[in-house]
Amino acid sequence: MENVLGWLSENQQIIYIVILMVFVGIEVIGRVPSVLHTPLMSGANAIHGVVIIGAIIVMGKAETDNYLALVLGFLAVILGTLNVVGGFVVTDRMLEMFKGKKK
Amino acid sequence: MSEHILTICYLLASVTFILGLKMLSHPTTARKGNLVAAAGMSIAIFATIFLYRDEEQARLHNYGWIFAGLLIGAIIGTLAAKKVKMTAMPEMVSLFNGMGGACAALISLVEFNHLSDEITLTGISTGHTGKVLIIVLGLIIGSVSFAGSMIAWGKLNGKVKDVSFPGLNLINIGMLLVALGAGAWLITDPAQPMLLYGILAVSLLYGVLFVMPIGGADMPVVISLLNSFTGVAAACGGFLYNNKVMLTGGILVGAAGTLLTILMCKAMNRSLQNVLIGSFGGNNSTVSGAGGQQGSYKEVTLSDAAMLMSYANKVMIVPGYGLAVAQAQHTCHELEKILHEKGVEVKYAIHPVAGRMPGHMNVLLAEADVSYEKLLEMEEANDEFKTCDVVLILGANDVVNPAAKNDPASPIYGMPILEVEQAKNVIVNKRSMKPGYAGIENALFFQPKTAMLFGDAKKVLQDLCTEVKSV
Repeated sequence: MENVLGWLSENQQIIYIVILMVFVGIEVIGRVPSVLHTPLMSGANAIHGVVIIGAIIVMGKAETDNYLALVLGFLAVILGTLNVVGGFVVTDRMLEMFKGKKK
Repeated sequence: MSEHILTICYLLASVTFILGLKMLSHPTTARKGNLVAAAGMSIAIFATIFLYRDEEQARLHNYGWIFAGLLIGAIIGTLAAKKVKMTAMPEMVSLFNGMGGACAALISLVEFNHLSDEITLTGISTGHTGKVLIIVLGLIIGSVSFAGSMIAWGKLNGKVKDVSFPGLNLINIGMLLVALGAGAWLITDPAQPMLLYGILAVSLLYGVLFVMPIGGADMPVVISLLNSFTGVAAACGGFLYNNKVMLTGGILVGAAGTLLTILMCKAMNRSLQNVLIGSFGGNNSTVSGAGGQQGSYKEVTLSDAAMLMSYANKVMIVPGYGLAVAQAQHTCHELEKILHEKGVEVKYAIHPVAGRMPGHMNVLLAEADVSYEKLLEMEEANDEFKTCDVVLILGANDVVNPAAKNDPASPIYGMPILEVEQAKNVIVNKRSMKPGYAGIENALFFQPKTAMLFGDAKKVLQDLCTEVKSV
């Protein structure tokens, strides 16, 4: 019990962030029209590409003789970049289609 | 100093993510929102590369590898995203989502290897509970998301067929429990690296089998769900490195993605549970009921159809997936213009879930420069069908199936539909009499005012254009 409580207060910042972000995430897209469902999904897809930052850290910390970490980290950087760049470009292309008709 | 700048960059990036999502949910600001989030992401990435310091204040190294990875990923990503056809967009999203999941899983693998090395070095295997928990969670969620997204991708481009067998759901639940149990075991005793690979294998298999039985029409919902999974996997990375921007971005997408998944289900008037284990289409017993007693249908020739439309006052076009696969949006716009020149009022009735993703038809028609005022949403269209002389249905089926309104036994009962039967004439263009994605018969095709016009949408529309011109 003490352990759990200790863990909670040690990591309270993170816990606050998680709880607040859950609410923000729900509030922010609460009233999206169905036409925008797919672009929004695609945009959110690009945003979770932040995982690339983890990949960069893994890669940058890997000892130069630890080939397993280097190879896996390198792969992670490529895949993460694919997620970020591809995600944003695809979303932009979808939304480009919407722009024309607004005029 | 540089550490403070990094913190501020991360804060800035987190704010752009929230703003970006907010702007993405309004049609007028959506495109800018995407760019805002992309700018924030670039700041976060470059700040990490140049300003990050680990616990011992050491800078990152291996810059060559990092930039090579970024460059390769960016080039492939841009090319793939630019080249893909509009119809294949959802597949692309699924593919990129899988990449993110795989990335999260790889991070977990590497971090666990570090931990194993540390354990063998120091001989102490306790005191890592929190870290191992996060690693295992990231691995399970990331690999489920990766495997599931790959299957979803394969299903949308037709490479993977729906597979379902009795007891599959039980097997799936069992596998999930095995993965979680093994994870719990690893947390109590982290000195067993092979167990981690076991968890990886089971999670991948679970991802495959979890998506396997779900029908292709439900893929957007599944992709959205997997999308929020990847968000949570990214957030695990945030825990691992105590990195606030990964945490905010990941949780934000996890929460927003979950809500979006539910909203998508609502647009189809189904529950998430129904999508995930109802396996539509795969279950033939509920489907055949309406099949047998249907009467005969009548066909209409091209010239008759052209005649009918040329002398109509108002024509409503109902596009569906058939239009998208045939890439017939430009030809469709062509027909609209020709009819318009003849003084016929032409409008489009857009069902929110027509096609393979919500908004599919809007995107497709906008690509062909169809003007925005001509696209009617479902409610508006339903008010106008009464005044239409001809409704031309192009490869749509389930979204105009009256069974959704009047047959409680139908699997799509309760889904809001386009009430096309209120119009004077209905012309249906389909490739064959085969039922639509939901695998159910459509009584509309057998009604006396309905006429069938078989063939590929593009071919038929081209012929219609020529015929209408010559009337």
